[in-house]
Amino acid sequence: MTVGEALLECLERENVEIVFGYPGGAVLPLYDALYHSTRIKHVLVRHEQGGAHAADGYARVSGKVGVCIGTSGPGATNLVTGIANAYMDSVPLVVITGQVPTIQIGTDAFQEVDITGITLPITKHNWLLKDPAKLPQVVKSAFHIASTGRPGPVLIDIPKDVAQARINFKYPSSVKLRGYKPTYKGHPSKISEIAKLTAKAKRPIICAGGGILASNASEELLKFAEAISAPVTNTFMGLAGFPGDHPLFLGMLGLHGTRYANLAITECDLLIALGARFDDRVVMNINSFAPGATVVHVDIDPAEIGKVIATNVPLVGDVKMILKELLPLLEKVDRSEWLERIKSLKAQYPLTYEGDSSLKPQFIIQQLSDCTRGDAIIVTDVGQHQMWVAQYYRFKKPRTLVSSGGLGCMGFGLPAAIGAAMAAPMGEKVILVSGDGSIQMTIQELATMMEQCLDVKIILFNNSALGMVRQLQEYYCQGRHMATHFQFHPDFEILARAYGIPAYTFRTQEDVVKGLPEVINSSGPAFVNCIVPPEENVLPMVPAGKGISETVECG
Amino acid sequence: MEKHTLAVLVENSPGVLTRVAGLFARRGFNIDSLAVGRTDRDDVSRMTIVVEGDKPLIEQVTKQLHKLIDVIKISNITDDEYVDRELVMLKVTADPGQRVEIMHIAGIFRARVVDLGSKTITFECTGTEGKINAFEESLRPYGIKELVRTGKIAMLRGSKYVALSLAQTREAENG
Repeated sequence: MTVGEALLECLERENVEIVFGYPGGAVLPLYDALYHSTRIKHVLVRHEQGGAHAADGYARVSGKVGVCIGTSGPGATNLVTGIANAYMDSVPLVVITGQVPTIQIGTDAFQEVDITGITLPITKHNWLLKDPAKLPQVVKSAFHIASTGRPGPVLIDIPKDVAQARINFKYPSSVKLRGYKPTYKGHPSKISEIAKLTAKAKRPIICAGGGILASNASEELLKFAEAISAPVTNTFMGLAGFPGDHPLFLGMLGLHGTRYANLAITECDLLIALGARFDDRVVMNINSFAPGATVVHVDIDPAEIGKVIATNVPLVGDVKMILKELLPLLEKVDRSEWLERIKSLKAQYPLTYEGDSSLKPQFIIQQLSDCTRGDAIIVTDVGQHQMWVAQYYRFKKPRTLVSSGGLGCMGFGLPAAIGAAMAAPMGEKVILVSGDGSIQMTIQELATMMEQCLDVKIILFNNSALGMVRQLQEYYCQGRHMATHFQFHPDFEILARAYGIPAYTFRTQEDVVKGLPEVINSSGPAFVNCIVPPEENVLPMVPAGKGISETVECG
Repeated sequence: MEKHTLAVLVENSPGVLTRVAGLFARRGFNIDSLAVGRTDRDDVSRMTIVVEGDKPLIEQVTKQLHKLIDVIKISNITDDEYVDRELVMLKVTADPGQRVEIMHIAGIFRARVVDLGSKTITFECTGTEGKINAFEESLRPYGIKELVRTGKIAMLRGSKYVALSLAQTREAENG
């Protein structure tokens, strides 16, 4: 068979059901093979970036590896943002790009770009496939690398002539990667050390990140927190990894975290970081981050341990496996004093906003949260609306938040919602919360969404501004708003209808209270254009350079 | 800031040098020197990397290098007993009248003449980094026309060695 056909055979062996892609000259052989495939569904996106984000959203919801395809040159470069996004958030992707024929490589041929060179810093690994016979081994390795250890994107660049070459197909049963052996099992002595530390600590806190979701450790995290009566804060990537309505839950920490989470971190004597990487938006000022704490850091990526903050107990391994081993060693300790303190912090500094008669974005999220009761997949774009979701939406189940954390990639939302909807279990609602800035970056994917008959509810926070940047200008440029207010907008209602999507505009609280449940509970796609005030800021907020306890509050 | 010497075994595959060099560049690690060539196995290359930095930085360098799929093994041999050599080729201005004097200096460093021009002499010299530095400084007054160094290569002393583990060797041979 040809390499193109062999590639599809490999994908089938890896249980791939859906690929997101966009055809082109250099991937003609692959698409010709796809033409004959009965088991793999190809989703035609409207821009390769959309394909990468859709594969990303699909991977986050399903827990499987997302696959996307682009042609050589611009097809490949358009994928770059999506690959970088997946890399930053540790999402497993296998990206396949076409390349000009081997003989033309290096000649600045039509639609030639060195995509393995370009994606070197944003992939776990990549290959330029020159030897057709190596395809099965490369694909096997690609899926293995993408999905094991700390997950991430990989890329296979296939020259057109290689894709046309004929090979004897044999899928390898195992991978041979002597330089890649992730550690899963935690060191027993370190695990018992953590057990001892938790028994001794007076004010422990758990900071759970995206690793909880990547290793499907939500259940173990809940047991662990309850066993040691320690409050839990989530990084942005960790949200939905711990039930949002649990008394031990402190919400998100960091830049726009809750004041009580940030103060609890500041006051704690034991910080247990699980699958979190101490991003600068979490830590803010290193010197005042958890100043009195013994730090335990559990992560599958050894390079994250000690990278940002000094660690007392480093433990490399899979957080689920480690928690499972840790649970039987734990002692119940009376933590009433600390829990009282947490309670009073929560009472003293609740999440709040200035409610008036206008339609506040925070109010919409609260209504949405009440309406779904956590029983939906929430996809967001990037900006203020994203932070309001993080603050005000109560997540209940893992993998119900799909959002661009590390890269902060506007335009992620809509295509990711498409991928999420294709991965969502039957009957699970998919709701995209987006902004008028973000959605316009990839709005062409509305066509993909409709073509695939996807039931995605889009809630647009329309403030005719780039709200988050406007907020930054408010604080750091003395209110000089440069290029953050749109002077022109399409009529989003009409725009949505042009795609055949039922659309509504909400202007008042009453509109939301009445209309939102109706929209959410309807079947089929919907587009809700919510007109919200542009001057609203995301608070609390830690000013640049300050420690996380020094937040700017509402009012 | 101390200098650390890393002996790194990598897959002898295209792009591996770019991967390593790119990693150093994007993470802001400074390479003091990097020498690379294949080992006794043609599927494995060995890099000798000298990096300057404090302990946490070197730890981060090592961990980040480990994340590269093509990196098989990293040994920080700085604190072990090891021998190291560097090769320099150096072309110095030498009028016939100065030749004897220059040859005398070269003799002290056990450098060998590899080429002779009408107004220049080209030497090769091997030794530790310090010796090479000293050799270079001694000839500087005469006018160095051209100089090229290989960067340091290093090997553990005695019976200790940096090599693939048994499992890694077996894996390669089965493939």
